[in-house]
Amino acid sequence: MLNIEIDGKPLQVEPGTTVFEAARSAGIYIPHFCYHKKLSIAANCRMCLVQVEKAPKPMPACATVVTEGMKVFTHSPLAAKAQRDVMEFLLINHPLDCPICDQGGECQLQDLAVGYGGSHARFQEEKRVVTNKDLGPLVATDMTRCINCTRCVRFTQEIAGYMELGQAYRGDRAEIMPFLGKTLDSELSGNVIDLCPVGALTSKPFRFAARTWELSRRKSISPHDGLGSNLVVQVLHDKVKRVLPLENEAINECWLSDKERFSYEALNGEERLTRPMVKQGGQWREVDWNVALDYASHALRDIARDHGADALGALVSPHATLEEMALTAKLMRGLGSDNIDFRLRQSDFSLDGQRSGTPWLGMRIAELGALDRVLVVGSFLRKDHPLIAQRLRQSAKKGAQVSLLHSADDELFIKLFAKAIAAPAQLPALFAEVVKAVAELKNAPLDAGFEKVGAGETARSIAASLVSGTNVGILLGNFAQQHPQAATLHRLAQQLAGLLGAKFGFLGEAANSVGGYVAGTAPRQGGLNAARLVAEPRRAYLLLGVEPELDCADGAAALAALRQAASVIVLSPFKSQAALDYADCLLPVAPFTETSGSFVNTEGRAQSFYAVCKPLGETRPAWKVLRVLGNLLELAGFEHESSEQVRDEVLGGKPEFVAGLDNAVTPGTFDFIAASPGLQRIADVPIYFADPLVRRAPSLQSTHDAVAPTARMNAATLTKLGLTAGEKVKVGAGGAACHLVAELDAGVPDDCVRIAAAHASTVAVGPLFGTLTLERA
Amino acid sequence: MAILDSINPTLTAGWHRPDVRDLARDTGWRLKDYEARGGYQALKKLFAEKMTPEQVIAEVKTSVLRGRGGAGFPTGLKWSFMPKNAAGEKYIVCNTDEGEPGTFKDRDIMRLDPHAVIEGMIIAGYAMGAQRGYNYIHGEIFELYQRFEEALEEARAAGYLGRNILGSGFDFELFAHHGWGAYICGEETALLESIEGKKGQPRYKPPFPANVGLYGCPTTINNTESLASIPYIIRHGGQAFLDLGKPNNGGTKLFSVSGHVNKPGNYEVPLGTPFAKLLEMAGGMRGGRKLKAVIPGGSSAPVLPADIIMDCTLDYDSIAKAGSMLGSGAVIVMDETVCMVKALERLSWFYYEESCGQCTPCREGTGWLYKMIHRIEHGQGRAEDLDLLDDVAKNIMGRTICALGDAAALPVISFVKHFRDEFAYHIEHKRCLVPPEVQRAGSTFHTRLMAGATC
Repeated sequence: MLNIEIDGKPLQVEPGTTVFEAARSAGIYIPHFCYHKKLSIAANCRMCLVQVEKAPKPMPACATVVTEGMKVFTHSPLAAKAQRDVMEFLLINHPLDCPICDQGGECQLQDLAVGYGGSHARFQEEKRVVTNKDLGPLVATDMTRCINCTRCVRFTQEIAGYMELGQAYRGDRAEIMPFLGKTLDSELSGNVIDLCPVGALTSKPFRFAARTWELSRRKSISPHDGLGSNLVVQVLHDKVKRVLPLENEAINECWLSDKERFSYEALNGEERLTRPMVKQGGQWREVDWNVALDYASHALRDIARDHGADALGALVSPHATLEEMALTAKLMRGLGSDNIDFRLRQSDFSLDGQRSGTPWLGMRIAELGALDRVLVVGSFLRKDHPLIAQRLRQSAKKGAQVSLLHSADDELFIKLFAKAIAAPAQLPALFAEVVKAVAELKNAPLDAGFEKVGAGETARSIAASLVSGTNVGILLGNFAQQHPQAATLHRLAQQLAGLLGAKFGFLGEAANSVGGYVAGTAPRQGGLNAARLVAEPRRAYLLLGVEPELDCADGAAALAALRQAASVIVLSPFKSQAALDYADCLLPVAPFTETSGSFVNTEGRAQSFYAVCKPLGETRPAWKVLRVLGNLLELAGFEHESSEQVRDEVLGGKPEFVAGLDNAVTPGTFDFIAASPGLQRIADVPIYFADPLVRRAPSLQSTHDAVAPTARMNAATLTKLGLTAGEKVKVGAGGAACHLVAELDAGVPDDCVRIAAAHASTVAVGPLFGTLTLERA
Repeated sequence: MAILDSINPTLTAGWHRPDVRDLARDTGWRLKDYEARGGYQALKKLFAEKMTPEQVIAEVKTSVLRGRGGAGFPTGLKWSFMPKNAAGEKYIVCNTDEGEPGTFKDRDIMRLDPHAVIEGMIIAGYAMGAQRGYNYIHGEIFELYQRFEEALEEARAAGYLGRNILGSGFDFELFAHHGWGAYICGEETALLESIEGKKGQPRYKPPFPANVGLYGCPTTINNTESLASIPYIIRHGGQAFLDLGKPNNGGTKLFSVSGHVNKPGNYEVPLGTPFAKLLEMAGGMRGGRKLKAVIPGGSSAPVLPADIIMDCTLDYDSIAKAGSMLGSGAVIVMDETVCMVKALERLSWFYYEESCGQCTPCREGTGWLYKMIHRIEHGQGRAEDLDLLDDVAKNIMGRTICALGDAAALPVISFVKHFRDEFAYHIEHKRCLVPPEVQRAGSTFHTRLMAGATC
């Protein structure tokens, strides 16, 4: 420890600490613009100049490392003059029109100008003007306001992994700009808005919508991926105006993915369902809640009575709250049916009944950064888990070896140690190669089934990397969880983890992918799982926040099952054309911003939140609707008066982490089947198609990540099929077919075609996995 | 074409006088000519005598060779900063990004003696345990970059570069890299960024290049003239080099004399030579006019009025005592026909144009300075401008990552200090103290291209 003194205050700090960090630890504020704790040190704004004893010149606090006995003065005449002078330089070319700037009221430059700026300008020359840049649908620019701190540049380079912004030109002509003709396309792009200390980069959807001081700031939890990012939701007149990150180092750090930041637009969209609706004689009618609830309860009761409770089925969104899930499960079981599931895109359920506990990440999110060897299996990592990918990107930079086994060679912007890309059907065999190679290196025995596996060169190199680690993690992504041999992949991961003494776990697809198990939303007494609920159509369905045609493993089959049902009761914040077609009762329930509830994130952390605004129109929180339905159906155990009571019932209180997290499954035998002949589908769930909320966010739908799906194949496959890129093709699976454009994608393995799921145009393709036919249209 | 003249020469001794218009005669730079005048003898001596790297560095320290790029930092001391036993690559970088207005000495070294640079770099590499070198050559002398590539080929073919040089077991490879003309790329860390393929912007120091330099490896960056002086030092000994100059200012130095002299050009003289002697060598003042001012060390060095500079000797210490810098040895001579406001306007335009845009004070301040001086020059000055100029310039100084901020500020501060009356006259009378006909008389530039465009 070094002894230093800042403003006369003696401090003890670690060697290597900067003056800035030391001052902050002592509660001393030093003005700054370019410094950001998560970014590299640029030392270019010069606002943090301080006086250091014996130094002839003022020193930038952000870049000056403390030395023993150093005496720093942050407010001495020398320091204060330097800071005031820098502020004058910053302001000479900056417009002094805060009242018409979107950043006004939350601007670092404005705030610091109050403390360090002069009251009159000595600069009498013409000010510089910088043309605005088109950064895409999310980030608005006002580049004349830019102070060239390069935080945004460093963010794209260091955090998002790809330097989409740079500083072109020199001197006071320097401009921040994207590549020519390009926009800011990162899935983390919105963070540059938070980072920009002035009004140069602002939120396009929020632009001029409100002033920061008019907005209420309320905490919430992201309903999207399994991370459970902490949010600050800003509300004006019961309308969500903006979503910002709430810093939580253990989860989202200070970042948000664009999905989490901009999906709020859907909350104010036209597709919101605001009144209960019932279909009578083929005609939709808006009705009062009591009529709708009466209708729904009768429908469920009548079908259960006439056709047995097994004729009922419930599909629950993994983005629903823990409370909603638990009450739906209770309702269904109260009616005598165990046909309930939330694992909508999963296709292999053979591990049901063989798990020791709730599948989860297998470690805390914060522990990801400490892994020195990581094997990611079956994941569109960057788009499925933007902030977990970001964590791995940082560890890879610090020397962690990250390897990938997957069916698509997408750019992750992570420095991978090795990767092996194979068709979906070959993925288990590929994974087995790695397990086998590790076993050989460790001289350890393997379960039956590995005899015929021969490890290839890549598998051996990955194995060698894993064996050389001291803190190894194996992560199964969404693709692996949705895989038709998910159980095999799970057992392989378990076996590998055992061999290596590693942690293994699942990257949670949705906000409540862990919570669904905890709430008992999966079959417990032999009920039908999500796949069978679709494959073996029921007479009545209860849908909670689900759009089965887009959210299920086989959208086409789901649609068919719903269409034949006598009754489909939909609880949703949205009214979709599909639901109007197959449902007979629509109950408007609150999205996450209008209800209290809890999400259990991928590390098992239970995070509860309150409603941030009043429900829109006649919308009601789903837990209340379910509670009343339970009462109407005269079921026991529906006496809750708050969502907290429901949560306490499920979790036994308010634990930080839920109990029973365990990825262990009973060992099984392995049988690595040879690849099935034919063209295999690779289905990704694109980031902005993944859930009902994000599908309705207009700005996100205008991004490059939301372009309509195509049929992507590599050159060899195209040639084999006699196709050229750009041609229209007819893709069929089973009876239905859909028309898509063929596209060249070198990252797709041979004899595979990548067709994105969760989009209306590809529903007819059917299951996420399997073979399909493809011909020129 | 530079006129080469020298007393007690080291570098220029072997330079014959090719006529630029006769390209066939411009061959003295080739390997055989260099060898004929004793080239690569230092390298051979070093290997023959089995000098240790420490001995080489000691010789350079003895010579008190001070960095010829402008800062005047002792080269031997700089070399000793390189970590001795660090694993991995180390680099030697030659800075031939000669961008300082008024400086054109490295261009002639590259033109007439590229092998001296190569030999100097090999010796430097040997002394510091580096096996890779880069010579960063500014873009405006592209033909000399090409010539350097040819010289490298010759050296490789002759076994001076590559593996096991002259059977010594020492490996050294050298690469030429050309810039695109940005002044800032002459700043050593911006130069490293540029070699790495990034935008040329200086790095914050520490860490210094000796620890974290090119591609993150220990690196030493020396000026072309410094490196070209190394063979002499090794061949004749550090003491011999030191004896050429004066204590604490070893050796001879090239001075690029430009401006209102009869024979502008490069002159190699021992450090400590009186300024008057250099002026005499350069043929004296053109048209016999009166000397008004001299910028002694390239455009960023503070200007010195005639009476001060005439008492100076040309060495680091004397010029520093007079309030300026020896810098790169670019002596810009101005006679009585010069309007100091116009001269400063041109200089401040340069720094405005060349500021890299990284640090706030320099990015914003250089434009502000230029705009003010431009106004004064064009009859729109205000009474408060002179104090403001001085204040803004001082607010830039010492507040930036690299020295470009200081380089932009020093001319402004010195011009306003020494020629305040002239600036005040401009502001008050909206015209120049130097009558237009006098200005025109002194400048071929004015009469030929901008007739009447005086102030």
